[in-house]
Amino acid sequence: MQLSAPGSWLLSANIRTPRRANSREPSAAFMIRSLKVVVFIACLVPLAWLLWKFFGSTPKDMSTWGIGLGANPIEKITHETGDWTIRFLLITLSVTPLRKLLHVPALIRFRRMFGLFAFFYACLHFTTYIWLDKSFNLHEMLADIAKRKFITVGFAAFVLLIPLALTSTAGWIRRLGGKRWQALHRLIYVSAIAGIIHYLWLVKADIRKPLIYGAILAVLLLYRIAIWIGPVIKKRRGVLPAHAQGNLETLKP
Amino acid sequence: MLIKRASDIRSSEITPKQLCLNRRKFLHTAAITGAAAAAGFGARELFSPSQVVHAGEKIAGIQKSSLSTAEKITPYNDVTHYNNYYEFSTEKEEPADLAKNFHTRPWTVTIDGLVQKKQVLDVDSVFRVASPEERIYRHRCVEGWSIVVPWVGFSLSELIKRAQPLGKAKFVEFTTLLDPKQMPGQNRAVLQWPYVEGLRMDEAMHPLALLCFGMYGEVLPNQDGAPLRIVLPWKYGFKSAKAIVRIRFTDKQPMNTWNLSAPNEYGFYSNVNPNVDHPRWSQKSERRLGEFLKRPTLMFNGYDQVAGLYSGMDLRKNY
Repeated sequence: MQLSAPGSWLLSANIRTPRRANSREPSAAFMIRSLKVVVFIACLVPLAWLLWKFFGSTPKDMSTWGIGLGANPIEKITHETGDWTIRFLLITLSVTPLRKLLHVPALIRFRRMFGLFAFFYACLHFTTYIWLDKSFNLHEMLADIAKRKFITVGFAAFVLLIPLALTSTAGWIRRLGGKRWQALHRLIYVSAIAGIIHYLWLVKADIRKPLIYGAILAVLLLYRIAIWIGPVIKKRRGVLPAHAQGNLETLKP
Repeated sequence: MLIKRASDIRSSEITPKQLCLNRRKFLHTAAITGAAAAAGFGARELFSPSQVVHAGEKIAGIQKSSLSTAEKITPYNDVTHYNNYYEFSTEKEEPADLAKNFHTRPWTVTIDGLVQKKQVLDVDSVFRVASPEERIYRHRCVEGWSIVVPWVGFSLSELIKRAQPLGKAKFVEFTTLLDPKQMPGQNRAVLQWPYVEGLRMDEAMHPLALLCFGMYGEVLPNQDGAPLRIVLPWKYGFKSAKAIVRIRFTDKQPMNTWNLSAPNEYGFYSNVNPNVDHPRWSQKSERRLGEFLKRPTLMFNGYDQVAGLYSGMDLRKNY
Protein backbone atom coordinates (compact mmCIF):
# COMPACT_ATOMS: atom_id res chain seq x y z
CA MET A 1 0.00 0.00 0.00
CA GLN A 2 1.19 3.49 -0.81
CA LEU A 3 -0.65 4.91 2.14
CA SER A 4 2.44 6.02 4.02
CA ALA A 5 4.37 7.32 1.05
CA PRO A 6 3.95 11.09 1.36
CA GLY A 7 3.18 12.84 -1.86
CA SER A 8 2.10 9.71 -3.65
CA TRP A 9 -1.45 11.00 -3.88
CA LEU A 10 -0.25 14.21 -5.48
CA LEU A 11 1.69 12.26 -8.03
CA SER A 12 -1.35 10.32 -9.02
CA ALA A 13 -3.97 13.02 -8.61
CA ASN A 14 -2.16 15.98 -10.15
CA ILE A 15 -0.22 14.06 -12.69
CA ARG A 16 -0.84 16.68 -15.36
CA THR A 17 0.42 19.67 -13.37
CA PRO A 18 4.22 19.73 -13.35
CA ARG A 19 5.63 20.24 -9.89
CA ARG A 20 7.87 23.17 -9.33
CA ALA A 21 11.01 22.37 -7.49
CA ASN A 22 10.39 25.29 -5.22
CA SER A 23 11.19 25.20 -1.55
CA ARG A 24 8.13 27.28 -0.77
CA GLU A 25 5.82 24.73 -2.32
CA PRO A 26 3.50 23.26 0.32
CA SER A 27 4.23 19.71 1.32
CA ALA A 28 1.77 16.95 0.49
CA ALA A 29 1.03 16.46 4.16
CA PHE A 30 0.14 20.12 4.46
CA MET A 31 -2.10 19.89 1.40
CA ILE A 32 -3.95 16.95 2.84
CA ARG A 33 -4.30 18.65 6.19
CA SER A 34 -5.80 21.78 4.65
CA LEU A 35 -8.03 19.75 2.37
CA LYS A 36 -9.24 17.90 5.44
CA VAL A 37 -10.34 21.18 6.97
CA VAL A 38 -12.27 22.02 3.82
CA VAL A 39 -13.93 18.59 3.71
CA PHE A 40 -14.70 18.79 7.44
CA ILE A 41 -16.50 22.09 6.96
CA ALA A 42 -18.34 20.72 3.92
CA CYS A 43 -19.55 17.79 5.99
CA LEU A 44 -21.07 20.23 8.47
CA VAL A 45 -23.08 22.03 5.79
CA PRO A 46 -26.20 19.82 6.18
CA LEU A 47 -26.27 20.58 9.91
CA ALA A 48 -25.62 24.27 9.32
CA TRP A 49 -28.46 24.32 6.79
CA LEU A 50 -30.85 22.72 9.29
CA LEU A 51 -29.85 25.18 12.04
CA TRP A 52 -30.10 28.14 9.69
CA LYS A 53 -33.53 27.05 8.48
CA PHE A 54 -34.69 26.29 12.02
CA PHE A 55 -33.63 29.52 13.71
CA GLY A 56 -34.17 31.71 10.66
CA SER A 57 -32.92 35.26 10.32
CA THR A 58 -34.35 36.28 13.69
CA PRO A 59 -32.97 33.60 16.02
CA LYS A 60 -33.93 35.55 19.15
CA ASP A 61 -37.61 35.42 18.30
CA MET A 62 -38.67 31.99 19.51
CA SER A 63 -42.03 32.26 17.79
CA THR A 64 -40.34 31.96 14.40
CA TRP A 65 -38.36 28.84 15.30
CA GLY A 66 -38.86 25.97 12.94
CA ILE A 67 -40.90 27.90 10.38
CA GLY A 68 -38.15 27.64 7.78
CA LEU A 69 -38.37 23.85 7.95
CA GLY A 70 -42.02 23.75 6.94
CA ALA A 71 -45.17 22.75 8.76
CA ASN A 72 -43.59 19.84 10.63
CA PRO A 73 -40.01 20.90 11.45
CA ILE A 74 -39.35 17.97 13.77
CA GLU A 75 -40.28 15.47 11.10
CA LYS A 76 -38.05 17.41 8.70
CA ILE A 77 -35.11 17.27 11.12
CA THR A 78 -35.66 13.54 11.66
CA HIS A 79 -35.76 12.87 7.92
CA GLU A 80 -32.79 15.09 7.07
CA THR A 81 -30.49 13.66 9.76
CA GLY A 82 -31.52 10.13 8.75
CA ASP A 83 -30.90 10.87 5.09
CA TRP A 84 -27.45 12.28 5.82
CA THR A 85 -26.52 9.30 7.97
CA ILE A 86 -27.17 6.99 5.04
CA ARG A 87 -25.45 9.34 2.60
CA PHE A 88 -22.31 9.49 4.76
CA LEU A 89 -22.30 5.73 5.14
CA LEU A 90 -22.44 5.44 1.34
CA ILE A 91 -19.69 8.05 0.93
CA THR A 92 -17.54 6.17 3.44
CA LEU A 93 -18.09 2.93 1.59
CA SER A 94 -17.24 4.48 -1.77
CA VAL A 95 -13.80 5.63 -0.61
CA THR A 96 -12.10 2.27 -1.24
CA PRO A 97 -13.61 1.67 -4.72
CA LEU A 98 -12.95 5.27 -5.76
CA ARG A 99 -9.34 5.38 -4.65
CA LYS A 100 -8.66 2.18 -6.54
CA LEU A 101 -10.64 3.00 -9.67
CA LEU A 102 -9.39 6.60 -9.85
CA HIS A 103 -5.91 5.72 -8.59
CA VAL A 104 -6.10 8.26 -5.79
CA PRO A 105 -4.83 6.26 -2.84
CA ALA A 106 -4.74 9.35 -0.64
CA LEU A 107 -8.53 9.29 -0.48
CA ILE A 108 -8.09 6.82 2.36
CA ARG A 109 -7.00 9.75 4.53
CA PHE A 110 -10.58 11.02 4.45
CA ARG A 111 -12.39 7.77 5.14
CA ARG A 112 -12.35 8.00 8.92
CA MET A 113 -13.76 11.52 8.78
CA PHE A 114 -16.65 10.42 6.56
CA GLY A 115 -17.34 7.45 8.81
CA LEU A 116 -17.35 9.63 11.91
CA PHE A 117 -19.69 12.07 10.22
CA ALA A 118 -22.05 9.19 9.45
CA PHE A 119 -21.96 8.42 13.16
CA PHE A 120 -22.42 12.10 14.01
CA TYR A 121 -25.57 12.42 11.91
CA ALA A 122 -26.79 9.06 13.25
CA CYS A 123 -26.42 10.51 16.77
CA LEU A 124 -28.44 13.58 15.79
CA HIS A 125 -31.06 11.34 14.20
CA PHE A 126 -31.25 9.15 17.28
CA THR A 127 -31.42 12.20 19.56
CA THR A 128 -34.39 13.68 17.68
CA TYR A 129 -36.13 10.34 18.04
CA ILE A 130 -35.47 9.78 21.75
CA TRP A 131 -36.04 13.39 22.69
CA LEU A 132 -38.74 14.80 20.43
CA ASP A 133 -40.53 11.57 19.64
CA LYS A 134 -40.20 9.69 22.90
CA SER A 135 -39.58 12.60 25.32
CA PHE A 136 -36.69 10.59 26.85
CA ASN A 137 -39.15 7.93 27.97
CA LEU A 138 -36.78 4.93 28.03
CA HIS A 139 -39.58 2.51 28.73
CA GLU A 140 -41.49 3.62 25.66
CA MET A 141 -38.33 3.58 23.60
CA LEU A 142 -37.55 0.00 24.57
CA ALA A 143 -41.12 -1.03 23.79
CA ASP A 144 -40.73 0.62 20.40
CA ILE A 145 -37.46 -1.15 19.70
CA ALA A 146 -38.97 -4.50 20.63
CA LYS A 147 -42.22 -4.00 18.73
CA ARG A 148 -41.51 -1.97 15.61
CA LYS A 149 -39.41 -3.75 13.07
CA PHE A 150 -38.20 -0.57 11.43
CA ILE A 151 -37.12 0.87 14.78
CA THR A 152 -35.42 -2.41 15.75
CA VAL A 153 -33.37 -2.50 12.60
CA GLY A 154 -32.64 1.24 12.70
CA PHE A 155 -31.52 1.02 16.30
CA ALA A 156 -29.30 -1.95 15.41
CA ALA A 157 -27.75 0.06 12.59
CA PHE A 158 -26.99 2.84 15.07
CA VAL A 159 -25.60 0.59 17.83
CA LEU A 160 -23.31 -1.18 15.36
CA LEU A 161 -21.69 2.14 14.52
CA ILE A 162 -20.72 2.83 18.15
CA PRO A 163 -17.77 0.38 18.38
CA LEU A 164 -16.57 1.59 15.00
CA ALA A 165 -16.57 5.21 16.14
CA LEU A 166 -14.83 4.28 19.40
CA THR A 167 -12.07 2.30 17.69
CA SER A 168 -11.54 4.76 14.87
CA THR A 169 -8.27 6.13 16.27
CA ALA A 170 -4.74 5.10 15.27
CA GLY A 171 -4.21 3.92 18.85
CA TRP A 172 -7.03 1.44 18.52
CA ILE A 173 -5.78 0.15 15.17
CA ARG A 174 -2.46 -0.55 16.92
CA ARG A 175 -4.08 -2.11 19.96
CA LEU A 176 -6.36 -4.39 17.94
CA GLY A 177 -3.94 -5.12 15.17
CA GLY A 178 -4.70 -4.37 11.53
CA LYS A 179 -6.44 -7.65 10.75
CA ARG A 180 -8.73 -7.64 13.76
CA TRP A 181 -9.45 -3.95 13.39
CA GLN A 182 -10.42 -4.45 9.76
CA ALA A 183 -12.65 -7.41 10.63
CA LEU A 184 -14.43 -5.32 13.27
CA HIS A 185 -14.90 -2.43 10.89
CA ARG A 186 -16.58 -4.66 8.33
CA LEU A 187 -19.59 -4.14 10.62
CA ILE A 188 -20.23 -1.03 8.56
CA TYR A 189 -21.63 -3.29 5.83
CA VAL A 190 -24.20 -4.67 8.25
CA SER A 191 -24.99 -1.22 9.59
CA ALA A 192 -25.52 0.25 6.11
CA ILE A 193 -27.77 -2.64 5.04
CA ALA A 194 -29.76 -2.28 8.28
CA GLY A 195 -30.01 1.47 7.72
CA ILE A 196 -31.53 1.00 4.30
CA ILE A 197 -33.98 -1.64 5.50
CA HIS A 198 -34.94 0.81 8.28
CA TYR A 199 -35.77 3.40 5.62
CA LEU A 200 -37.56 0.92 3.37
CA TRP A 201 -39.77 -0.30 6.20
CA LEU A 202 -40.87 3.10 7.39
CA VAL A 203 -42.15 4.63 4.15
CA LYS A 204 -45.83 4.30 3.34
CA ALA A 205 -45.94 3.70 -0.39
CA ASP A 206 -43.25 5.63 -2.23
CA ILE A 207 -40.11 3.51 -1.90
CA ARG A 208 -38.10 5.34 -4.57
CA LYS A 209 -35.55 6.97 -2.28
CA PRO A 210 -34.70 3.93 -0.15
CA LEU A 211 -34.43 1.93 -3.37
CA ILE A 212 -31.96 4.41 -4.85
CA TYR A 213 -29.83 4.26 -1.70
CA GLY A 214 -30.17 0.49 -1.73
CA ALA A 215 -29.02 0.29 -5.34
CA ILE A 216 -25.93 2.41 -4.60
CA LEU A 217 -25.11 0.25 -1.59
CA ALA A 218 -25.57 -2.89 -3.69
CA VAL A 219 -23.04 -1.60 -6.24
CA LEU A 220 -20.55 -0.74 -3.49
CA LEU A 221 -20.91 -4.17 -1.90
CA LEU A 222 -20.80 -6.01 -5.24
CA TYR A 223 -17.52 -4.24 -5.98
CA ARG A 224 -16.09 -5.75 -2.80
CA ILE A 225 -17.44 -9.18 -3.61
CA ALA A 226 -15.82 -8.90 -7.04
CA ILE A 227 -12.53 -7.89 -5.40
CA TRP A 228 -12.68 -10.86 -3.03
CA ILE A 229 -13.81 -13.40 -5.57
CA GLY A 230 -11.73 -12.07 -8.48
CA PRO A 231 -8.34 -13.37 -7.27
CA VAL A 232 -9.85 -16.76 -6.47
CA ILE A 233 -11.16 -17.14 -10.00
CA LYS A 234 -7.95 -15.79 -11.50
CA LYS A 235 -5.97 -18.25 -9.45
CA ARG A 236 -8.06 -21.10 -10.74
CA ARG A 237 -7.85 -19.88 -14.29
CA GLY A 238 -4.22 -18.93 -14.04
CA VAL A 239 -2.88 -22.08 -12.45
CA LEU A 240 -5.23 -24.64 -13.84
CA PRO A 241 -5.51 -23.60 -17.49
CA ALA A 242 -1.74 -23.94 -17.95
CA HIS A 243 -2.03 -27.67 -17.32
CA ALA A 244 -5.52 -28.02 -18.56
CA GLN A 245 -4.75 -26.36 -21.83
CA GLY A 246 -1.85 -28.67 -22.41
CA ASN A 247 -4.01 -31.60 -21.56
CA LEU A 248 -6.72 -30.38 -23.86
CA GLU A 249 -4.21 -30.02 -26.69
CA THR A 250 -3.09 -33.58 -26.29
CA LEU A 251 -6.65 -34.72 -26.06
CA LYS A 252 -7.52 -33.17 -29.37
CA PRO A 253 -8.12 -35.77 -31.98
CA MET B 1 -81.76 25.34 -4.94
CA LEU B 2 -80.87 24.35 -8.43
CA ILE B 3 -81.47 20.64 -8.27
CA LYS B 4 -84.73 20.08 -10.09
CA ARG B 5 -87.01 17.22 -9.30
CA ALA B 6 -86.96 14.53 -11.93
CA SER B 7 -90.59 15.29 -12.74
CA ASP B 8 -89.75 18.88 -13.60
CA ILE B 9 -87.63 17.93 -16.56
CA ARG B 10 -88.85 15.98 -19.52
CA SER B 11 -86.33 13.42 -20.68
CA SER B 12 -86.34 15.05 -24.13
CA GLU B 13 -84.98 18.20 -22.53
CA ILE B 14 -81.98 16.55 -21.00
CA THR B 15 -78.77 17.15 -22.91
CA PRO B 16 -76.61 14.06 -23.07
CA LYS B 17 -73.67 14.47 -20.69
CA GLN B 18 -70.96 14.26 -23.30
CA LEU B 19 -72.65 16.83 -25.50
CA CYS B 20 -73.07 19.09 -22.55
CA LEU B 21 -69.43 18.79 -21.56
CA ASN B 22 -68.28 19.34 -25.13
CA ARG B 23 -70.43 22.42 -25.38
CA ARG B 24 -69.00 23.77 -22.19
CA LYS B 25 -65.47 23.03 -23.27
CA PHE B 26 -66.14 24.73 -26.58
CA LEU B 27 -67.58 27.82 -24.97
CA HIS B 28 -64.73 27.93 -22.53
CA THR B 29 -62.02 27.55 -25.15
CA ALA B 30 -63.79 30.00 -27.42
CA ALA B 31 -63.97 32.58 -24.66
CA ILE B 32 -60.32 32.23 -23.72
CA THR B 33 -59.10 32.15 -27.28
CA GLY B 34 -61.13 35.24 -28.08
CA ALA B 35 -59.84 37.10 -25.08
CA ALA B 36 -56.27 36.04 -25.75
CA ALA B 37 -56.47 36.97 -29.40
CA ALA B 38 -57.86 40.35 -28.41
CA ALA B 39 -55.09 40.95 -25.92
CA GLY B 40 -52.44 39.53 -28.23
CA PHE B 41 -51.30 36.83 -25.82
CA GLY B 42 -49.03 34.04 -26.93
CA ALA B 43 -50.10 30.42 -27.02
CA ARG B 44 -48.39 29.67 -23.71
CA GLU B 45 -50.69 31.86 -21.71
CA LEU B 46 -53.68 30.22 -23.34
CA PHE B 47 -53.25 27.04 -21.42
CA SER B 48 -51.86 28.55 -18.27
CA PRO B 49 -53.47 29.58 -15.01
CA SER B 50 -56.32 31.55 -16.53
CA GLN B 51 -58.96 29.34 -14.95
CA VAL B 52 -57.64 29.47 -11.42
CA VAL B 53 -59.99 32.12 -10.23
CA HIS B 54 -61.72 30.25 -7.47
CA ALA B 55 -59.23 29.34 -4.74
CA GLY B 56 -59.01 31.99 -2.07
CA GLU B 57 -62.37 33.58 -2.87
CA LYS B 58 -64.42 34.43 0.21
CA ILE B 59 -67.53 32.32 0.82
CA ALA B 60 -70.58 34.36 1.78
CA GLY B 61 -73.08 33.56 4.52
CA ILE B 62 -71.06 31.05 6.51
CA GLN B 63 -72.75 30.01 9.74
CA LYS B 64 -71.02 28.85 12.90
CA SER B 65 -71.51 25.28 14.06
CA SER B 66 -71.84 23.78 17.50
CA LEU B 67 -69.77 20.85 16.23
CA SER B 68 -66.67 23.08 16.11
CA THR B 69 -63.80 22.69 18.53
CA ALA B 70 -62.43 25.71 20.41
CA GLU B 71 -58.85 24.49 19.99
CA LYS B 72 -56.20 26.68 18.42
CA ILE B 73 -56.52 26.66 14.64
CA THR B 74 -53.46 25.52 12.67
CA PRO B 75 -51.96 28.35 10.57
CA TYR B 76 -53.34 28.52 7.01
CA ASN B 77 -49.86 28.31 5.56
CA ASP B 78 -49.24 24.94 7.23
CA VAL B 79 -52.54 23.46 6.10
CA THR B 80 -51.80 24.56 2.53
CA HIS B 81 -48.14 23.49 2.42
CA TYR B 82 -48.20 20.14 4.16
CA ASN B 83 -50.47 17.96 2.07
CA ASN B 84 -50.68 14.23 1.66
CA TYR B 85 -52.09 14.34 -1.84
CA TYR B 86 -50.44 11.51 -3.75
CA GLU B 87 -52.28 12.46 -6.96
CA PHE B 88 -49.82 15.34 -7.12
CA SER B 89 -46.80 14.11 -5.19
CA THR B 90 -45.72 11.87 -2.35
CA GLU B 91 -43.77 14.82 -0.91
CA LYS B 92 -45.99 16.91 1.36
CA GLU B 93 -44.50 20.26 0.35
CA GLU B 94 -45.08 19.72 -3.36
CA PRO B 95 -48.87 19.65 -3.97
CA ALA B 96 -49.08 23.39 -3.15
CA ASP B 97 -47.06 24.15 -6.25
CA LEU B 98 -48.06 21.23 -8.47
CA ALA B 99 -51.78 21.88 -7.96
CA LYS B 100 -51.71 25.61 -8.58
CA ASN B 101 -52.92 25.26 -12.18
CA PHE B 102 -55.38 22.47 -11.44
CA HIS B 103 -58.68 23.08 -13.23
CA THR B 104 -61.60 22.93 -10.85
CA ARG B 105 -64.08 24.17 -13.48
CA PRO B 106 -65.93 22.83 -15.35
CA TRP B 107 -66.51 20.11 -12.77
CA THR B 108 -69.35 17.69 -12.41
CA VAL B 109 -70.21 15.19 -9.74
CA THR B 110 -71.93 11.98 -10.80
CA ILE B 111 -74.37 10.50 -8.33
CA ASP B 112 -75.30 6.95 -9.22
CA GLY B 113 -75.67 3.39 -8.05
CA LEU B 114 -78.55 2.37 -5.79
CA VAL B 115 -80.24 5.72 -5.74
CA GLN B 116 -83.60 7.16 -6.86
CA LYS B 117 -82.09 10.17 -8.53
CA LYS B 118 -79.12 9.30 -10.64
CA GLN B 119 -77.73 12.59 -11.78
CA VAL B 120 -74.75 14.54 -12.97
CA LEU B 121 -74.50 17.74 -10.98
CA ASP B 122 -72.48 20.79 -11.67
CA VAL B 123 -70.23 21.27 -8.67
CA ASP B 124 -71.52 24.80 -8.08
CA SER B 125 -75.04 23.48 -7.76
CA VAL B 126 -73.81 20.99 -5.15
CA PHE B 127 -72.58 23.93 -3.06
CA ARG B 128 -76.09 25.34 -3.00
CA VAL B 129 -77.75 22.22 -1.64
CA ALA B 130 -77.55 23.61 1.91
CA SER B 131 -76.20 26.72 3.57
CA PRO B 132 -72.47 26.71 4.34
CA GLU B 133 -71.26 26.17 7.88
CA GLU B 134 -67.86 26.56 9.41
CA ARG B 135 -66.78 23.33 11.12
CA ILE B 136 -63.56 23.59 13.09
CA TYR B 137 -62.40 19.99 13.27
CA ARG B 138 -59.38 18.13 14.52
CA HIS B 139 -57.79 16.23 11.66
CA ARG B 140 -55.52 13.28 12.51
CA CYS B 141 -53.31 11.67 9.90
CA VAL B 142 -52.50 7.96 10.10
CA GLU B 143 -48.82 9.01 10.06
CA GLY B 144 -49.09 10.52 13.54
CA TRP B 145 -49.56 14.24 13.02
CA SER B 146 -52.63 16.38 13.43
CA ILE B 147 -54.05 19.79 12.59
CA VAL B 148 -57.12 21.87 13.47
CA VAL B 149 -58.90 23.20 10.40
CA PRO B 150 -61.89 25.51 9.98
CA TRP B 151 -63.55 23.69 7.08
CA VAL B 152 -66.54 25.11 5.21
CA GLY B 153 -69.37 22.95 3.96
CA PHE B 154 -72.44 21.17 5.22
CA SER B 155 -73.33 17.71 6.42
CA LEU B 156 -72.89 15.08 3.72
CA SER B 157 -76.32 13.80 4.73
CA GLU B 158 -77.94 16.86 3.11
CA LEU B 159 -76.77 15.75 -0.32
CA ILE B 160 -77.46 12.08 0.33
CA LYS B 161 -81.02 12.80 1.43
CA ARG B 162 -81.69 14.67 -1.80
CA ALA B 163 -80.23 11.87 -3.88
CA GLN B 164 -82.73 9.50 -2.24
CA PRO B 165 -80.73 6.29 -1.89
CA LEU B 166 -82.67 3.03 -2.19
CA GLY B 167 -83.27 0.86 0.84
CA LYS B 168 -80.71 -1.61 -0.52
CA ALA B 169 -77.94 0.98 -0.42
CA LYS B 170 -75.69 0.13 2.51
CA PHE B 171 -72.49 1.91 1.50
CA VAL B 172 -71.32 5.04 -0.31
CA GLU B 173 -68.24 5.13 -2.50
CA PHE B 174 -66.32 8.31 -3.37
CA THR B 175 -64.10 8.54 -6.42
CA THR B 176 -61.41 11.16 -6.97
CA LEU B 177 -60.70 12.62 -10.41
CA LEU B 178 -58.45 10.57 -12.67
CA ASP B 179 -56.45 12.94 -14.85
CA PRO B 180 -52.72 12.17 -15.04
CA LYS B 181 -52.17 15.23 -17.24
CA GLN B 182 -53.21 17.50 -14.42
CA MET B 183 -52.26 15.24 -11.54
CA PRO B 184 -48.66 14.23 -12.18
CA GLY B 185 -48.57 11.81 -9.26
CA GLN B 186 -51.02 9.59 -11.13
CA ASN B 187 -48.33 8.85 -13.70
CA ARG B 188 -46.68 6.63 -11.12
CA ALA B 189 -48.36 3.53 -9.75
CA VAL B 190 -47.64 4.40 -6.11
CA LEU B 191 -51.32 3.70 -5.49
CA GLN B 192 -54.08 2.39 -7.69
CA TRP B 193 -55.78 5.27 -9.50
CA PRO B 194 -58.32 6.72 -9.31
CA TYR B 195 -58.39 7.02 -5.55
CA VAL B 196 -61.52 5.53 -4.05
CA GLU B 197 -62.87 5.69 -0.52
CA GLY B 198 -66.00 4.43 1.11
CA LEU B 199 -68.28 4.75 4.10
CA ARG B 200 -71.05 2.70 5.60
CA MET B 201 -74.38 4.45 5.04
CA ASP B 202 -74.87 5.29 8.72
CA GLU B 203 -71.37 6.76 8.89
CA ALA B 204 -72.04 8.89 5.83
CA MET B 205 -75.34 10.10 7.35
CA HIS B 206 -73.71 11.09 10.66
CA PRO B 207 -73.94 14.87 11.13
CA LEU B 208 -70.16 15.12 11.64
CA ALA B 209 -69.47 13.80 8.13
CA LEU B 210 -68.84 16.96 6.15
CA LEU B 211 -69.20 17.67 2.46
CA CYS B 212 -66.55 20.34 2.14
CA PHE B 213 -65.72 23.02 -0.41
CA GLY B 214 -63.94 25.65 1.65
CA MET B 215 -61.65 26.39 4.56
CA TYR B 216 -60.66 29.48 6.53
CA GLY B 217 -63.77 31.18 5.15
CA GLU B 218 -62.56 30.83 1.57
CA VAL B 219 -62.94 28.51 -1.39
CA LEU B 220 -60.90 25.34 -0.88
CA PRO B 221 -57.34 25.62 -2.23
CA ASN B 222 -56.51 23.06 -4.92
CA GLN B 223 -53.93 21.25 -2.80
CA ASP B 224 -56.51 20.69 -0.06
CA GLY B 225 -58.96 18.85 -2.29
CA ALA B 226 -60.79 21.45 -4.38
CA PRO B 227 -63.40 21.75 -5.60
CA LEU B 228 -65.20 19.19 -3.44
CA ARG B 229 -64.06 16.78 -0.76
CA ILE B 230 -65.35 15.05 2.32
CA VAL B 231 -64.05 15.48 5.87
CA LEU B 232 -64.49 12.75 8.46
CA PRO B 233 -62.87 14.04 11.65
CA TRP B 234 -63.13 10.77 13.62
CA LYS B 235 -61.26 8.82 10.95
CA TYR B 236 -57.67 8.94 9.77
CA GLY B 237 -57.16 11.64 7.16
CA PHE B 238 -56.88 9.34 4.15
CA LYS B 239 -60.60 8.45 4.47
CA SER B 240 -61.47 12.06 3.61
CA ALA B 241 -61.38 11.79 -0.18
CA LYS B 242 -60.48 14.88 -2.22
CA ALA B 243 -61.47 16.25 -5.66
CA ILE B 244 -64.57 14.05 -5.81
CA VAL B 245 -66.15 13.34 -9.20
CA ARG B 246 -68.42 10.46 -8.32
CA ILE B 247 -70.58 9.38 -5.41
CA ARG B 248 -71.92 5.87 -5.83
CA PHE B 249 -74.38 4.03 -3.58
CA THR B 250 -73.92 0.31 -3.26
CA ASP B 251 -74.99 -2.74 -1.29
CA LYS B 252 -71.45 -4.11 -1.00
CA GLN B 253 -68.61 -2.67 1.03
CA PRO B 254 -66.54 -0.67 -1.45
CA MET B 255 -62.80 -1.12 -1.70
CA ASN B 256 -60.68 1.79 -0.56
CA THR B 257 -57.35 2.65 -2.13
CA TRP B 258 -55.07 2.38 0.90
CA ASN B 259 -56.71 -0.88 1.89
CA LEU B 260 -55.94 -2.19 -1.60
CA SER B 261 -52.37 -1.00 -1.26
CA ALA B 262 -51.65 -2.54 2.16
CA PRO B 263 -54.63 -4.46 3.58
CA ASN B 264 -52.92 -5.34 6.86
CA GLU B 265 -52.08 -1.69 7.54
CA TYR B 266 -55.14 0.25 6.43
CA GLY B 267 -58.64 -1.05 6.98
CA PHE B 268 -62.01 0.02 5.68
CA TYR B 269 -63.06 1.77 8.88
CA SER B 270 -59.78 3.45 9.83
CA ASN B 271 -61.24 5.16 12.87
CA VAL B 272 -58.73 7.09 14.92
CA ASN B 273 -57.88 4.67 17.69
CA PRO B 274 -54.95 5.03 20.10
CA ASN B 275 -55.38 1.42 21.23
CA VAL B 276 -54.86 -0.14 17.83
CA ASP B 277 -51.40 0.50 16.45
CA HIS B 278 -50.47 0.70 12.84
CA PRO B 279 -48.42 -2.47 12.31
CA ARG B 280 -45.30 -0.37 11.87
CA TRP B 281 -45.81 2.46 14.34
CA SER B 282 -47.75 3.41 17.44
CA GLN B 283 -50.97 5.40 17.23
CA LYS B 284 -50.94 6.33 20.94
CA SER B 285 -49.75 9.85 20.36
CA GLU B 286 -49.57 12.48 17.68
CA ARG B 287 -47.71 15.67 16.91
CA ARG B 288 -50.02 18.63 16.51
CA LEU B 289 -48.35 20.81 13.90
CA GLY B 290 -46.74 23.73 15.68
CA GLU B 291 -46.20 21.85 18.93
CA PHE B 292 -42.84 20.63 20.16
CA LEU B 293 -43.72 17.40 21.94
CA LYS B 294 -46.35 14.83 21.10
CA ARG B 295 -49.80 14.76 22.67
CA PRO B 296 -51.92 11.69 23.39
CA THR B 297 -54.31 10.62 20.64
CA LEU B 298 -57.98 10.40 21.64
CA MET B 299 -60.41 7.62 20.77
CA PHE B 300 -62.34 8.58 17.62
CA ASN B 301 -60.07 11.64 17.62
CA GLY B 302 -62.17 12.94 20.54
CA TYR B 303 -65.49 12.63 18.66
CA ASP B 304 -67.19 10.27 21.09
CA GLN B 305 -70.59 10.94 19.52
CA VAL B 306 -69.76 8.44 16.76
CA ALA B 307 -69.12 5.59 19.23
CA GLY B 308 -72.68 4.34 18.77
CA LEU B 309 -71.98 3.58 15.11
CA TYR B 310 -69.56 0.88 16.17
CA SER B 311 -71.18 -0.60 19.25
CA GLY B 312 -70.68 -4.35 19.39
CA MET B 313 -67.91 -4.23 16.79
CA ASP B 314 -64.39 -5.45 17.49
CA LEU B 315 -62.38 -2.41 16.47
CA ARG B 316 -59.17 -4.43 16.57
CA LYS B 317 -60.46 -6.56 13.74
CA ASN B 318 -62.31 -3.73 12.02
CA TYR B 319 -59.39 -1.31 12.05
